[in-house]
Amino acid sequence: MVNLQTSWEVRTLSQRASEALAGGQLGLTTGYLFAGLAGLAVFLAAMALVLVYAERKIAAHFQCRLGPMRVGWHGILQSVADSLKLLLKEDIVPTDADRFLHVLAPFMSLLAAILVLVMLPMSPALQVADVNIGVLYVTAVSGLGALGILLGGWSSNNKWSLLGAMRAGAQIISYEVSATLSLLVVVLFSGTLQLSKIVQSQADGWWIWRAPGVGLLAFAIYLIASVAEINRTPFDISEGESELTAGFHTEYSGMRFAFFFLAEFINMFVVSALAATLFLGGWMPFHIGGLATFNAAMDLIPPGAWFAAKSAFLIFVIMWFRWTFPRLRIDQLMRLEWKILLPIGFVNLFLAAMAVLFGFYFFPVQ
Amino acid sequence: MDNEKLLAALKTLEPQISVRENADRLAVTVPCERLGAFMSKLKLENALRFDILYAHTAIDWVAENRFELIYILSSLEHGHSLMVCVSIPRDAPVAPSVSSIWRIAEWQEREVYDMFGVLYRDHPDLRRLLLEDDWQGFPLRKDYKDDFMLEKPQ
Amino acid sequence: MVSTLEDRVRPPAAAGGPLSTQEFFINMGPQHPSTHGVLRLVLKLDGETVREVIPVLGYIHRGIEKIGEHQTYRQFVHLSDRLDYLSALMNNWAVSLTVEKAAKIELNDRIQVIRTIMAELQRIQSHQLWWGVLGMDLGAFTPFLYGFRDREVLTDVFEETMGARLTMNYIQPGGLMQDIHPNFVERVKSFLKYFKPKLAEYEELLGGNVILQERLRKVGRLEAKTAVSMGATGPVLRASGVAHDLRKKEPYGVYSKVAFDVPVGTMGDCWDRYWVRIEEMRQSMRIVEQLIDNIPAGKHLLVKPAIVIKVPQGLYYGQVETARGILGIFVVADGTGYPYRIHLRTPNFNNLWSITAIAPGLRVADLVAILSSLDIVVPDIDR
Repeated sequence: MVNLQTSWEVRTLSQRASEALAGGQLGLTTGYLFAGLAGLAVFLAAMALVLVYAERKIAAHFQCRLGPMRVGWHGILQSVADSLKLLLKEDIVPTDADRFLHVLAPFMSLLAAILVLVMLPMSPALQVADVNIGVLYVTAVSGLGALGILLGGWSSNNKWSLLGAMRAGAQIISYEVSATLSLLVVVLFSGTLQLSKIVQSQADGWWIWRAPGVGLLAFAIYLIASVAEINRTPFDISEGESELTAGFHTEYSGMRFAFFFLAEFINMFVVSALAATLFLGGWMPFHIGGLATFNAAMDLIPPGAWFAAKSAFLIFVIMWFRWTFPRLRIDQLMRLEWKILLPIGFVNLFLAAMAVLFGFYFFPVQ
Repeated sequence: MDNEKLLAALKTLEPQISVRENADRLAVTVPCERLGAFMSKLKLENALRFDILYAHTAIDWVAENRFELIYILSSLEHGHSLMVCVSIPRDAPVAPSVSSIWRIAEWQEREVYDMFGVLYRDHPDLRRLLLEDDWQGFPLRKDYKDDFMLEKPQ
Repeated sequence: MVSTLEDRVRPPAAAGGPLSTQEFFINMGPQHPSTHGVLRLVLKLDGETVREVIPVLGYIHRGIEKIGEHQTYRQFVHLSDRLDYLSALMNNWAVSLTVEKAAKIELNDRIQVIRTIMAELQRIQSHQLWWGVLGMDLGAFTPFLYGFRDREVLTDVFEETMGARLTMNYIQPGGLMQDIHPNFVERVKSFLKYFKPKLAEYEELLGGNVILQERLRKVGRLEAKTAVSMGATGPVLRASGVAHDLRKKEPYGVYSKVAFDVPVGTMGDCWDRYWVRIEEMRQSMRIVEQLIDNIPAGKHLLVKPAIVIKVPQGLYYGQVETARGILGIFVVADGTGYPYRIHLRTPNFNNLWSITAIAPGLRVADLVAILSSLDIVVPDIDR
């Protein structure tokens, strides 16, 4: 078996910074830190703009229309115009709302999304931080998003918002269980919690193909559970535009509304990127065992592009869901989780453990 | 059942009815105090079975100082239809409610109350329906006046 | 004797104890995305479970019955458009039918056939919109645009003949406002050809979706007996298993001469209401297909527009089957050109009432599904 580039050297931004600090180059250290922060900020803004535009265009073409066409070429500047509008809008806090929590909630929501973003291995050279308990960290931090939604719904002092928040709380907590169970499958396969190592361990075959069915099933469960976690159709019952007017963000306007919106899109990117990292090999190029020339050709494409392409594909799938499916009802949603996904998840975890124990792999490992 | 047979059947149910002229279908006038009993017989009698109340409304005969309540009934089973008319005095407009016989009557009676001020005895929830609770007057009465009304073109 | 809304919405006291719950009232509407207009439902909720629905009407009450007393019968046709604006032509027809019956105006075959075609096309058009909105209410936004896209084709056909797209004022006592456009027959045929595969697509896209079926099946059951007692008509009544369709029972127009079936549901749940309407579109296309090729020749208007139609003294009640149920026009005529009193028995007013029987015990989300499956149009309720 020929593997041209099995050992990718991972150097995260935080590593570089600490190396610089150890070498006494304070200027370089601060440079790296600022680069990290600025990069993150730019990335967030760009990501939101691109995703909003993509969502609108994809939706439009699903619905046999053109979508935004006026601002810039094919409406490419539409999201810029929209965010400017949101920035300039009056910021309304309802009279009877809990002012402090009302203002805090959108930031909580956004914070959870960003904290996960920090940990994502986008390419060997592009990762802000890489801790050895990456998967655990991601699971723990992404749960914080629920807090923002709960606070937003609670502090708005609106019964519809409260209903939305309660729904969101119940839903996110439930689906977190299934998502974590399928993450554990990958942890079993790769034997590590560190995200960059999980990516490197997929050099010979993505985990989705490992132990026929088990990896695929784990991927499917993770996708469903994470779509539910980020409150998108068919699981968007906490917003439920036609039921709860807009759920937890009914009372939000202007920039605070935009933050919830931003958080939703960043979350969508985060879960897609995580799914790509854990199941689809992250930035690892697509290799087929035994086809040396093909593999070499694949290696020519930079790892960052692989990561972006895989994430983009999953984002498209999530948007596809949204513009195709109707919404579930809350009790059906709970039934799906506790009666269907959770038992399957447990069985799947058991099978994964067996596969690892007896070395039953779909792809031969060296 | 054609109109003659229907009328004969109705007469046996309630001798005090009289035929209301000038209607496009069989119409009978019932004394107000007999209305409740008559209506429930219309619904329950197997040969009649007027199971659907299409419409209930009122006419304000202001010159004769009376309201005429109209019930338009039909039987889905037998296919015959009937108009029941009741006259009540304009200054004391009270009628028995038929909402226990046809549930839709609850709404239709509320509308008639809203528009004409007819009060229904034993109505479960007599409130204004289309207008606000504090609306003054009953708009479909012929002598209703408010500041926004236009005069009828002559 | 007379109560007010405030009497009905006193919040119940919480039971004692630290873990006790409390029922609460919440306003669904007058501005709520899925009440399709300015309808207000006051809900008594226990968590997410609906305990009681109190419809509060009148936010778009225009007093059409009062205005009608000051309009000639021809002028009243224009008001009837503003009731259920999605079946404007059928509303026109109801008024015309009643007035023609009262004033004893005989019509020729051309008028009757064109009226029937128009009514059936509009039934399709109305159901297209309902289908799209149902999808949107249940969270699937895409069907909404598909529904509107296909509705647009028919709207264009109407516009060509009538010059209007929504409130058409086309059918009037004594005939039709204008004759059909020369292109009409051709365009209707091409629409039928276009829409048949689209209807199959509708069923696959939304009706075949597992989530939609979960949301609609066994939700909001309306028993046949309750439905009749509640005065429900149209697809709502037929979905409950009562085959009551005026087009069959008291045929008007040329319905007695065409072959079509009346789809009837079994359970009376939201799914049956969904299915009945989809099937009705198919039957309407069947009717149009039978008529479109042989529209008889003749005049399109038998009473000169300048003539004020006088109706002899008496009480008249005429009704037609609109897309949402039976629209009845009750006219008290005093022999002049103006009605002494005109009452509208509108289908939505009566259909909406059944929600108070269906909804208790279900969830808020089900309420949205039920509202959508009842297919209400608010101006028709408030008049």
